[in-house]
Amino acid sequence: MSPLLLRGVRPYGEGDPVDLLVRDGVIAELGTRVDTAGATVRDCGGLVALPGLVDLHTHLREPGREDAETIATGSAAAALGGFTAVFAMANTDPVADTAVAVEHVRRRGREIGLTDVHPVGAVTVGLAGERLAELGGMARTGVTVFSDDGVCVADPLIMRRALEYSTALGAVIAQHAEDPRLTVGAQAHEGEPASRLGLAGWPATAEESIVARDCMLARAAGARLHVCHVSSAGTVDVLRWAREHGAATVTAEVTPHHLLLTDDRLGTFDPVNKVNPPLRTGPDAAALRAALAAGVLDCVATDHAPHAPQDKDCEWAAARPGMLGLQTALSVVVETMVAPGLLDWRGVARVMSERPADIGGLPDQGRPLAVGEPATLVLVDPDVRWTVRGAAFASLAGNTGFEGMELPARVMTTVLRGRVTADDGKVMW
Amino acid sequence: MRHLLSAADLDAPTATALLDTADRLKQALAGREVHKLPTLRGRTIVTMFYENSTRTRASFEVAGKWMSADVINVSAAASAVAKGESLRDTALTLAAMGADCVILRHPASGAAHRLADWIGTESATLRAGLAAHVVNAGDGTHEHPTQALLDAATLRDSLGTLAGRRVTIVGDILHSRVARSGVTLLTTLGARVHLVAPPTLLPTGVRSWPVTVGHDLEAALPESDAVMMLRVQAERMHGGFFPSAREYARDYGLSEARAALLPEHAPVLHPGPMLRGMEISSAVADSPRAVITDQVRNGVHVRMAVLYHLLAGVEEVT
Amino acid sequence: MVPPAQRELLDAAAVARTIARMAHQIIERTAPAPPLLLGIPSRGVPLAHRLAARIGEFSGTPAAVGTLDITLYRDDLRRRPTRALAETTLPPDGIDDALVVLVDDVLYSGRTVRAALDALREYGRPRAVQLAVLVDRGHRELPIRADYVGKNLPTARDEEIAVLLSELDGTDGVVIRRADD
Repeated sequence: MSPLLLRGVRPYGEGDPVDLLVRDGVIAELGTRVDTAGATVRDCGGLVALPGLVDLHTHLREPGREDAETIATGSAAAALGGFTAVFAMANTDPVADTAVAVEHVRRRGREIGLTDVHPVGAVTVGLAGERLAELGGMARTGVTVFSDDGVCVADPLIMRRALEYSTALGAVIAQHAEDPRLTVGAQAHEGEPASRLGLAGWPATAEESIVARDCMLARAAGARLHVCHVSSAGTVDVLRWAREHGAATVTAEVTPHHLLLTDDRLGTFDPVNKVNPPLRTGPDAAALRAALAAGVLDCVATDHAPHAPQDKDCEWAAARPGMLGLQTALSVVVETMVAPGLLDWRGVARVMSERPADIGGLPDQGRPLAVGEPATLVLVDPDVRWTVRGAAFASLAGNTGFEGMELPARVMTTVLRGRVTADDGKVMW
Repeated sequence: MRHLLSAADLDAPTATALLDTADRLKQALAGREVHKLPTLRGRTIVTMFYENSTRTRASFEVAGKWMSADVINVSAAASAVAKGESLRDTALTLAAMGADCVILRHPASGAAHRLADWIGTESATLRAGLAAHVVNAGDGTHEHPTQALLDAATLRDSLGTLAGRRVTIVGDILHSRVARSGVTLLTTLGARVHLVAPPTLLPTGVRSWPVTVGHDLEAALPESDAVMMLRVQAERMHGGFFPSAREYARDYGLSEARAALLPEHAPVLHPGPMLRGMEISSAVADSPRAVITDQVRNGVHVRMAVLYHLLAGVEEVT
Repeated sequence: MVPPAQRELLDAAAVARTIARMAHQIIERTAPAPPLLLGIPSRGVPLAHRLAARIGEFSGTPAAVGTLDITLYRDDLRRRPTRALAETTLPPDGIDDALVVLVDDVLYSGRTVRAALDALREYGRPRAVQLAVLVDRGHRELPIRADYVGKNLPTARDEEIAVLLSELDGTDGVVIRRADD
């Protein structure tokens, strides 16, 4: 590959445009007087440069639901969304609860090569919550994140053991916090709109009580806990208290849709808005945004959840929860955090690349944009506005909660160790 | 009016027009040799009931037939639905077969709204010349607008007017579509609604509803112009809402002693079916104050009125 | 008050005289049995009440009065937005063997009367059905004719006849105007 010169980029959106030279997969030069001999030149016109985005929480549906998404289509969506690494959740069919299963996902991701696919291992066998899966065997293949996401590790004894056991593996347990006894038959956030519309409630306390419990367990075990998709202001309060009281090893993520969308969307009964945890109130979303800005929430993770049409084109109660996220994540973060001044581009790099890479244990992602670092980066046009059309996305599924919305900022180019994986809306297979 | 999906869609003039039409239809049918009106002859009405219900379905069937429409009943168990056909496909199939009106009862809240999206306004169905109307006969715990209308009609018969009257609704408000529709419609028509239930059976956010709320039935009765008892719906509960049937009946049941606390003029309503001895005692259910059979009778006329307003005229373009 | 572009054909006094004459005719042709007057809403109803009053005055035997709403039997329901229904009140012992006189303000195409006949049929079997109208303006579209006509007023199709009765309009009269006014 000949060197690639990115002319006129603004790292972290700061300062005047500079030139960035990529050679042999690393950032070889960065500045105003860069040697361009033999390089392919690309005029970038002042695009913002960030380290490649890292998603700690994605559902690639393969194996088992290839009608909704495959590792290939999911990787394409990731690359188009600016993601150079994604963590693929274990609730596939069969469940990724053994070394063999996670190896398949890792290998497929590598073959496709559009984004680094890191499989997440299940905490319990079959996600049944009854006994630990072979975390050690999976860790030996490189798994650093374990999660039963989709369901909660509800049994406190199992969660305690998982946390303790993980301390020997350098891994983190990522919890989908939902006390199943409090959410039987639940359909939507237990608030005023759902109660008026006759949708069974999913109370915020079901999430908050599990997070409180798990923070105490993690503190006692000195273990790393990561809280998935925080959705309520109450959970933010719990996290803040826990950090202030010695739970230093607890991290947390928030989805873009929980930053923007609320339960006032329920009135149409359109199941595109059905997610787990549910969309909550305006004050909850505001608290999540403030917490992300302040670092109480460490990072953004998409919980990208593709679903086949028959799983969404039905009555609410029959629909599966979840919405797409990879190709809208950055734009929603710009809309909810950058535009109102809660976060600058450095902050975006922190919450969408550096912190997730750190939590996921990826030494070659979330690195600074500096000479000698891997050329794993994304170029963003901060000023363009575009309209979301689910049918145009690379995912097989089209269930985006932002359909028809006009959002700011667009990923123009994604580079993975020097190789362009997505460019101007096209996947570079 | 294109569909009747929820009581929230009815403003006061429209609701009043429906109740007036029901009265006129009752009048028109009185004293006849031929107990039928020709107005909806040649129209096809399909009732699609995904939940068991003899009374509501029979009421709609009678209403349609008394207007000379052809009424076809589809029951979920006996149909393609049992083979896994989706609600959407079943709806489109019926619309394609020429149903002018689909009356849907379904266990999922919002099902009627989704049905209306699929067959009422979809460009595909309009292109094919289909223009089916949808009536919500009860969707999950969301709404049951024709029940609210027949309750309002019955209250109007008893009290003359609803404006300023205090109506007390007692029971499992949380799981009751009858309560939700009733609160909305009665408030629209100017009544003041008071809810009585144990705290566990009140929805979150009920304090933002246009109602007053209490847990003391005896205190509420002397102030009520009418009381509506709701069935305590065992099949919808996943447990833990109250300790025992005995305690519920003792604290929230309408016994003879409690019924005596009501003002003379106040009727007792119940959407049925009743659990005698639980929310209402047998004696009260059979007393002259109980207007339950009037509710059933009004139900047919109210449903005839709804069908008339949906199907008889040309649709107004808004 | 008669606005311009409208011409008064009958004033209040003429209306009263016409109704009196019709009452005498009805008495003559229905004697000795008193008829059942069924007014077709809207203006057929006060007209029927007035005829019944006159019949009672002149013959000494009161005539029974009721109203018959024909909205549900109209042949043009599907062409317009939903119409409100009007009252129907019939004598408690029904209409079997009664001599029914349908009463309406204006006879035009005949479709209203046809709907009334369809409606009547489902209430029972009268001995005979007759028709009394204050004004016959011609242009029949069905083979229907009135037994008692207050006034024959030939009109053009683009004209409109309006009967005003104080019970509903505050004044009595018959006026003619252009249909698009």
